[in-house]
Formats: sequence, C-alpha cells, structure tokens
Amino acid sequence: MTINEIQDELIDEFSMFGDWMEKYEYIIQLGKELPLIKEEYKQPENLIRGCQAQVWLHADLQDGRVHFTADSDAIITKGLVSMVVRVLSGHTPEEIINSELYFVDKIGLREHLSVTRSNGLLAMIKQMKIYALAHQAKAN
Amino acid sequence: MSTDIMVAPSTLDIQQIRKDFPILQTTVYGKPLIYFDNGATAQKPWAVLKAIEDYYTHLNSNVHRGVHHLSQKATDAYEASRRKIAAFLNARHDHEVIFTKGTTDAINLVAYSFGKQFVKEGDTIIISAMEHHSNIVPWQIMCEDRKAKLKVIPINEKGELKMDEFSALLDKTVKLIAVAYVSNTMGTINPVKDIIEQAHQHNIPVLLDAAQAVQHIPVDVQDLDVDFLVFSGHKIYGPTGIGILYGKEEWLNQMPPYQGGGSMIKQVTLEKTTYHDLPFRFEAGTPNIEACICLGTAIDYITNIGLPAIQQYEHELLEYATQKLSVIDKLRIIGTSAQKSGVLSFIVEGVHPYDVGVLLDKLGIAVRTGHHCTQPLMECFGIPGTVRVSFAFYNTKEEIDQLAAGVTRAVAMLT
Repeated sequence: MTINEIQDELIDEFSMFGDWMEKYEYIIQLGKELPLIKEEYKQPENLIRGCQAQVWLHADLQDGRVHFTADSDAIITKGLVSMVVRVLSGHTPEEIINSELYFVDKIGLREHLSVTRSNGLLAMIKQMKIYALAHQAKAN
Repeated sequence: MSTDIMVAPSTLDIQQIRKDFPILQTTVYGKPLIYFDNGATAQKPWAVLKAIEDYYTHLNSNVHRGVHHLSQKATDAYEASRRKIAAFLNARHDHEVIFTKGTTDAINLVAYSFGKQFVKEGDTIIISAMEHHSNIVPWQIMCEDRKAKLKVIPINEKGELKMDEFSALLDKTVKLIAVAYVSNTMGTINPVKDIIEQAHQHNIPVLLDAAQAVQHIPVDVQDLDVDFLVFSGHKIYGPTGIGILYGKEEWLNQMPPYQGGGSMIKQVTLEKTTYHDLPFRFEAGTPNIEACICLGTAIDYITNIGLPAIQQYEHELLEYATQKLSVIDKLRIIGTSAQKSGVLSFIVEGVHPYDVGVLLDKLGIAVRTGHHCTQPLMECFGIPGTVRVSFAFYNTKEEIDQLAAGVTRAVAMLT
C-alpha cells in the first residue's frame, strides 16, 4: 500500500467513531499494539524530548526501505506514534521525504501536532523525515 | 491541610460571580467549559474586559510625556493603578511598586540589578527545591555572571521546606534568599514569615515569588517585612504582559537600572546620563499602559469580593477536591503540606499525566499536565510530571464532582 492509501485506511477506521472518547479508546488500543523499539535503541540519542511525553524513535534501512520502531511513556502519544509509524514505515526514503501527512487533520488530531513548544507529532514526523534523508544520503 | 481558616461555609454567591466571567459560559467539544488551569492563567471578569475596551476607546495615549489632555488622563489612570496596587500590598510608598512585564521580568530585574550592586565572587543566593524555573534560571545566570553560587533549601516528602536545613544554610556569604510564597506545583504555602525573620537576623534580604499567592491569600508586605515581592497580572484576573515588583525603597534606591531608555532618565548628554527617581528608574520605555491600568481594575474587582472570603471558599474547594480525588484507586496527591492553597497535584500509578490531561480535555475539563516548569521538583519526587488542578473562586463543587468522574473514567480507559 502507498502512504496515501494507508492514510485513507486510517481515516476510514476513525470515521466509525461517534465521539471523542471512542476515538481515544481506539488510539489507546493502537498504542498498546505498537511494535516496541528494542531496548538497545531506547537511548538518549533516539529520544524526542518535550515538555510532556517522551518518544523514542529508531529507523532501520532494509532492502531500500525505512522501517521505524518507537515507544512513548504516555499511551495516547504511543497511539499517535503508532499511526505515523504505520503510515511511514516500510517505504523508500524518497516516498517518506515527499509524503504529506493529511490524516492527522482529517481525523481531527491537529491539536496533537504541536501540543507544547517542543513536542507533538510535528517533531516526530520531522525526525522521521530526517532519518529518511540520512538513509537516502547513505544509499547515494 | 490547614483548617485554621475554616470558620463557616462561604458566603460568596458563586453563580452570580460566574456571570462576571463570559468565558465560563463557553463550551469545549460541545461540553460546558470547566476551567481548572487557573495557576497558569486566570480568566478575566467583564470589569477588566470593559476596562481594556474603555482604555482604547477613551484613554489611549502615552504616559508621563504629553502635555495634552489624553496623555494627562492616561497618566492619571496609570498612577492611580500604581496607588491601588500599593494599597493592595500595603506598601509604605507608591514608588515601591514597579510595573514590569510579569513575575519573570520582575525576578530578572532584581537578579540583574541587585546582583550587579551587591553580589561578588564567592557569595551565595538561596532558593528552594520547589521553585518555578523563573525563580531558578535568573539566579543561575546572575551567579554565573558574578561567580557566585546557588544554595537550595531541600523539601520533605510532603512538599514542605526543610526549615532546619534552611537555617543551616544562612551564613555571611548569603546575599539574598528567593523563594516561592506558594508552590505553583503543589500549592504548599511556605513559612515565609519565619524565613524572612531568620534571614533578617543575618541581614539578608528576601524576595518572595508571590505569583501563586496574591490571588489566594491577603498579602501585607509591611507585616511580612519582605524586601522584594513579585507577581503577575494575568494570574490575578488582569491582563497578560503586566507584573509587579514591590521593593523596599532602601533596596531599590541602591540598585542600578535594569534597562535604559525613555522615562527612566533625568538628563541625558552624550557623555553621561543621570537617572530618574523611583519608580520611573525601573520603567524604561513605553510601558504596557493598558495592562498597567487594567490590573488596577482587576485588583478593585477582587478587593470588592474580598480576599478573606475568596481564601475561605477556595480552601473549601481544595478540601472537597482532596476528599473526592483521594478515593480514586492508585491516585496519589503530590504535595500534602499542612498549609496549602489553590492547587491540587496528583499522579495515577501506571498512567502518564499527559494521557489523563488529554482525556479530561475531551470532557471539557482544562487541567495542566507536565512538570509545570519545576523540573528539579519533579526529580525530587522521581516523577515525569503531575496532573495539576488549580482553583479560582469561580469554580464549584459540582465541577469538582465532574472532574472526579472524568479522572475515574480516564483511569479506567488507560489501565
């Protein structure tokens, strides 16, 4: 599936929920299902630090595709992270760099884009694109 | 928790008071707003909102400069506000009240000016482990600049200052003590009178960060005999971008200006400038005139309601919330001092404070989560942050019931 097809799939899944608490129940469930980052990668250099929750993010390049694993100390953040990982993981660096993540807005999660000054999905998406750029540079 | 102010149920007409705050009639995600983030900023009553409109509609002009009618009216209103604030604090002189941008600005002013005049290599400044970053970082910057050192009063597991250890810190190297009157994270009311008395026995001045105190507790700077006291306008129902530095005349007169510019000078030549007297020496440039004037309106508003009545009612809220939340499984209150005001902070075992905050938000309940700009305090407790519920006198017990139900629901979803 392409990045946009996965985004559309997520938007479709969220369209089933009537209210915010149902949406959050699903996000929490997604958080619990997130493939955890290996303990060895849970290092300060993989930490996206913010005022609120902390997120660890690791990227591996396999067969020309970037595979992300992540974790967070807050379960809702973990759920949000799991969605971005699901959308971007397993794609080529070029696809990741050029992607436009519209699902966050469509699902109504814009407030998580920049919850605090230095945290939020924006910081994580930016970090994922930086990883993709780094892998692209290495491959070239 | 202290019970010495629990004399009788509050006589405040809260439903009537709530009508004074238009934002309390709004909804969030289709639910009535429940605002429990008053420690971050308080909502504004109509009186203040109308005063802001009135200033720009009828008064807008620069102060202390013009000979024209409007400028004189604006100057009169500006100085009338200073007098109100001086009376509110029971300052000996109006010129001991300096308008600043806020608490942070006021602390930076003292750190810079006092430091420049009185602090040298080898000296020390005392703060406490429960300080907000704005009462830590300016002193760190000053100490680095003056080659001085910070000493820290530790706290116990209840979130109270260890006063024995404070006494042991007092020696000839200490040039100033800067502590919170009320902790923004735990609500602890510190024994500031005792601190000031002990400090003065060693001829050490004391600065109180009263940002979380003046809206909850009647403050009398002469009774406290405090040397400096700072607070922010927006936490006491006034506008943002305005704060107060109270300083004893004898200290302020010895301190060099923090910033240079218009209004703070007597005479400028290209060779030498002489500075104005207090308070203007510390008010360089065009001030936030509207906010200075409207802070006076906010002070009038709460003075009319009466701080003793506000204190009593908010104490009832705090006790009620403590009872309601304490029974929630795995919930632990951070900060169980015998003397508390305005704030209830908690964590739930196995649950990140951020998650609780996000779910409460979706129920229309605004709380603060995180480290509350008190990272050293969080390290003391070994936690990433708390959920902080901070009260104003427009909050109700019914709102606390909904908070307790919301926390219970959130915890069930998250565990």
